[in-house]
Amino acid sequence: MQLAKHWRLKGSRYRLEGARHPHTGAICFPRPADAAEWEAVPLSGQGVVESFAAAGKAADGFADDAVMALVRLAEGPIITAQLTDVALDEVKIDMPVEMVTRKLRDLGPEGLIVYGYKFRPLLVER
Amino acid sequence: MRNVYIAGIGQTPVGEHWDSSLTTLAVRALSAARREAELPIQALYVGNALGGEVAGQALLGTTVATAAGLGGIEAMRVEAGGASGGAALRQAYLAVAGGAFDVVAVVGVEKLTDVLEGSIEAALALALDSDYEAAQGLTLTAGWALLQQRYMHVYGYADTAFAPFPVNAHRNGSTNRAAQYRSAISREQVIRSPKVAAPIALLDSSTAADGAAAVIIAAEQVVRKLSGPRIRVAGSALASAPLALGARRDLLWLEAAEQSAQGALKQAGVRHADVDVLELSDQHGIVAALSLEAGGFVERGMAPQAAADNLIAREGTLPIATFGGCKARGDAPGALGVYQIVELTQQLRGTSGANQVADARVAFAQCLGGLGATAATHVLVRED
Repeated sequence: MQLAKHWRLKGSRYRLEGARHPHTGAICFPRPADAAEWEAVPLSGQGVVESFAAAGKAADGFADDAVMALVRLAEGPIITAQLTDVALDEVKIDMPVEMVTRKLRDLGPEGLIVYGYKFRPLLVER
Repeated sequence: MRNVYIAGIGQTPVGEHWDSSLTTLAVRALSAARREAELPIQALYVGNALGGEVAGQALLGTTVATAAGLGGIEAMRVEAGGASGGAALRQAYLAVAGGAFDVVAVVGVEKLTDVLEGSIEAALALALDSDYEAAQGLTLTAGWALLQQRYMHVYGYADTAFAPFPVNAHRNGSTNRAAQYRSAISREQVIRSPKVAAPIALLDSSTAADGAAAVIIAAEQVVRKLSGPRIRVAGSALASAPLALGARRDLLWLEAAEQSAQGALKQAGVRHADVDVLELSDQHGIVAALSLEAGGFVERGMAPQAAADNLIAREGTLPIATFGGCKARGDAPGALGVYQIVELTQQLRGTSGANQVADARVAFAQCLGGLGATAATHVLVRED
């Protein structure tokens, strides 16, 4: 079930929590492996598509028809995530997107259902 | 450090070996190499990516050593994803060059077809960042597809620009009796094939399968007695880079591939122009393209053009996939680095038949783990 493994990631999965270095101001996502000297900072969830692709044949527990993307967040870091509410042929590089919380993985009646961040086309320009 | 030479090679075909276990494949390849070398093996390093996860067997070094009648010797598994075979050779090289042993065997082996495709994809995705890539649904193929899309955007190529890579691989695989796919394919067939993970085409995508390859390496004083041209492991290097694409300084630059290539070439005292034949990670054209660029063999953004100009053919200046590469010879992930050495040794011996690169004297082998997060590079030189 790996409950603890997913519980540990709740900050980044649900709040897109990154880390800011108190002296340099550098922002990173995900947090460093040992983040003792860093402070947690929720990121805005706004970004642009750096690249995208069809997920193709998925690993167990994932849907086959997903659209994968590299998203460059407004704060700078690039993260890997699925796009949602959009078809592959509608996606363009540099397209603005925003974070939403969706179901990531379903391993059946015996397994966990894992929720986390995905990105969708920005509905309203801010 | 002592000079290290190739003393024997062996391989099984890559394919769906329903009737053979991981251990059987490994022993078969190792036995062939031992028949050539006729030397007492003092240690065994087994390169394997997914034995624990898919074949359900750990302690693979001991498992293979015992099954091969080598019980008692130093034996262990080396895991570095798709670079496992090269990493195992690296450990063997260090053991012989450093003087710990005179004769060491390396077996690269993978056994994947016992499980269904979804489980294979999940196992291969272990070479991605577990929490932030695989957990989002990324697979190895989709990861390379993200890089190909970005590459096309930055350098202005269409997705059809990668077709020359699988066409070249299949041409060479068609005359390799150990190849998984022995049919030539045309550029049109590649372009018309459905997308396996758009923008990557089905016919530009290797099929992960079963196979084993073995190499026996030995110190100089031992191989003096061997006949034929001597093949020296002149350069050996392994480097690492962040697993996650987002953690890299430059998405389109495989830093580990660059570093290990430079390290191995420098140690061998070889310039790029001296290299006669190469084997690379080439599960998709984009992997070979980024490897050629990071290795310093072509300028950034020029690899698809170099392939279109036929430089990668056996008759070109940068021959790759000379026995079919991952696409046609077949893709046994943890065994790749050892298959490369088996094939390049045949090239340098001049025993490659229809697959021979003329007058090959210097060879370059590089295998990647994950999306280029680990790179193992070896340079082989023929001594007459």
